[in-house]
Amino acid sequence: MGIDIPPFVIFFAGALLALMVRRTLLSLICILVPLVSAAFLIFSNSPEARIETSVIGLQLILFNPDKLSLVFGYVFHIAAFLGGIFAWRIRDPVHQAASLAYAGSALGAVFCGDLITLFMFWELMAFTSAFLIWCGGTRNSIDAGIRYLIIQIISGFLLLAGAVMHYQQTGSLEFTHIGLSSTAATLIFIAFGIKCVFPLLHNWLTDAYPEATPAGTVFLSAFTTKVAVYALARGFAGTESLIYIGMIMTCFPIFYAVIENDLRRVLTYSMINQIGFMVVGVGIGTELAINGAASHVFSHIIYKALLFMSMGAVLYRTGKINGSDLGGLYKSMPKTATFCIIGAASISAFPLFSGFVSKSMVISAALIEGYDMVWLALLFASAGVFHHSGIKIPFFAFFAHDSGIRVKEAPTSMLIAMGIAAALCIGIGIFPQYLYSLLPYETNYSAYDATHVLAQIQLLLFSALAFVWLKLSGIYPPELRSVNIDAEWVYRKGFTVAGRWLTIATQAVIASTYSILLGLIDRVYRMILNTTGLNSRVAREWTVDLAVAIVVLLFSIFIIFLVAA
Amino acid sequence: MTDMKKDHETNSDLPRAVGLRRILKWFYAACAIVVLLDLVIHRHIYHPWESLLFFYCVFGFVACVFLVVAAKWMRKLLMRSEDYYDGY
Repeated sequence: MGIDIPPFVIFFAGALLALMVRRTLLSLICILVPLVSAAFLIFSNSPEARIETSVIGLQLILFNPDKLSLVFGYVFHIAAFLGGIFAWRIRDPVHQAASLAYAGSALGAVFCGDLITLFMFWELMAFTSAFLIWCGGTRNSIDAGIRYLIIQIISGFLLLAGAVMHYQQTGSLEFTHIGLSSTAATLIFIAFGIKCVFPLLHNWLTDAYPEATPAGTVFLSAFTTKVAVYALARGFAGTESLIYIGMIMTCFPIFYAVIENDLRRVLTYSMINQIGFMVVGVGIGTELAINGAASHVFSHIIYKALLFMSMGAVLYRTGKINGSDLGGLYKSMPKTATFCIIGAASISAFPLFSGFVSKSMVISAALIEGYDMVWLALLFASAGVFHHSGIKIPFFAFFAHDSGIRVKEAPTSMLIAMGIAAALCIGIGIFPQYLYSLLPYETNYSAYDATHVLAQIQLLLFSALAFVWLKLSGIYPPELRSVNIDAEWVYRKGFTVAGRWLTIATQAVIASTYSILLGLIDRVYRMILNTTGLNSRVAREWTVDLAVAIVVLLFSIFIIFLVAA
Repeated sequence: MTDMKKDHETNSDLPRAVGLRRILKWFYAACAIVVLLDLVIHRHIYHPWESLLFFYCVFGFVACVFLVVAAKWMRKLLMRSEDYYDGY
């Protein structure tokens, strides 16, 4: 055992270095940093390492790994490494530094031990990752990046407010089990929920990720949401509402995924679906369920990175990502197509692929704990994810009708990254015991018994049969260029529409008030004019005699009053 | 949609159609095999529904048809033109 160096230190140092070195060295740094950091984590850091510091009287725990955080830590290193290789051709120091700093912040967040440090890394993740979206370079990516950043910062402030209140109530900042018991806990829960794409809080993901650079999306898909899953597992394991939140998350995005045209956006919807499985696991909270959630994070990050890499490669080569524009690419990019299919098989949880050995743990946990409704929903979601990620993604990109696009195969660096990810997907699927040995709790779970395998194969094959039938009979909806309205409508259009209506209403009120007032003034003015002006009836018709008579009359009345008094 | 149909017709070359038909034959065979295995293999079940004959087959098929039909219907409600959010 040697010295303890937290991974974020190495990643941040790497990010600084990336901003300073020659551009040819840039890509090398991005690959070396995760390797060096992983080496320290595995060989040098002691298992009970604890690095503390004191800032203005607050005891901050910067580094305090345990079995739960280590699962996330390991897979984050793998994701950073894969992303680094995939981004080999990028010569933009800002992009590379941002991706390293982003990965470092995520690692800082899972290994820290108190809520204030968590908040700092939480916000650092938001800022660094926003650059990966802005580097997309289009008007859309700038706008989406700003929307993304605003929502992430709101999540951070909720976390900070919750942490401060929690400190006032309990006198401790340590990040352990919190449970939904107080206002402070609720604030923290919502903060986690935003990053964890809870239903209705989910659109920052589907809005921003598809606008990032091809490599940027690979990084983005790995870290932010999984840090949130980790935070929920640490702070809110066994919270029953999470089971139902997770259940909704597994089900509603698959409908959107079926009709979405942008294939990277389809993948973001399926991300929500997959994170839903993890949230269900965290909500059930038994040892099997937490193991299921953690192992699903592990396999998910790798196969999702693989799918985003394959779509990134397609975008990189063709400049197109809409299902309606693509098709027939297996002729030009056979290797990318193969890797994509391996990723698709993994996310669909085919036996012998990584998704199967982890997802079945969560589904089993739901069944064992007697959540029948949830179990049925998860089965439905499993069939659905196969439908849109397993079939739709490879089918519309690489097969379907021939779009006539002929391009070169993906660059070697991208193929290497995809190859490693694909090998890991299959490796985990065939030898799940290595993944299981990393999990927070001891497990003797076996995914490969006849019951699980047959049930899963039946479910998947008949989902595929449904696709074949729908496609051949022409019922399957074609890919159309479109935008589908989702909860984001509220802040992307609702406010503007509401504002517009409000303006129109205000203007109408002002205008009518104005015209009424004007009318009134006009009448008063005319009245005054009619009664007093030179041309008025009074002026025209009154004679001097009459005037004298009136004056005399008034004077007499005045005198009478005076005498009487 | 019309573009897509046209593409379909112009590019559906014969060898591909034959290949597709062969793949589909193997696929139908696989489906038939897993249905038959349901009769042979004894399951450990946790839920009474699992013991229903062909439960997972029927569930998978019905779930996906429902998913697609519902999503298609959702389109009528939710689909807007691509520039829907532009200019806001």
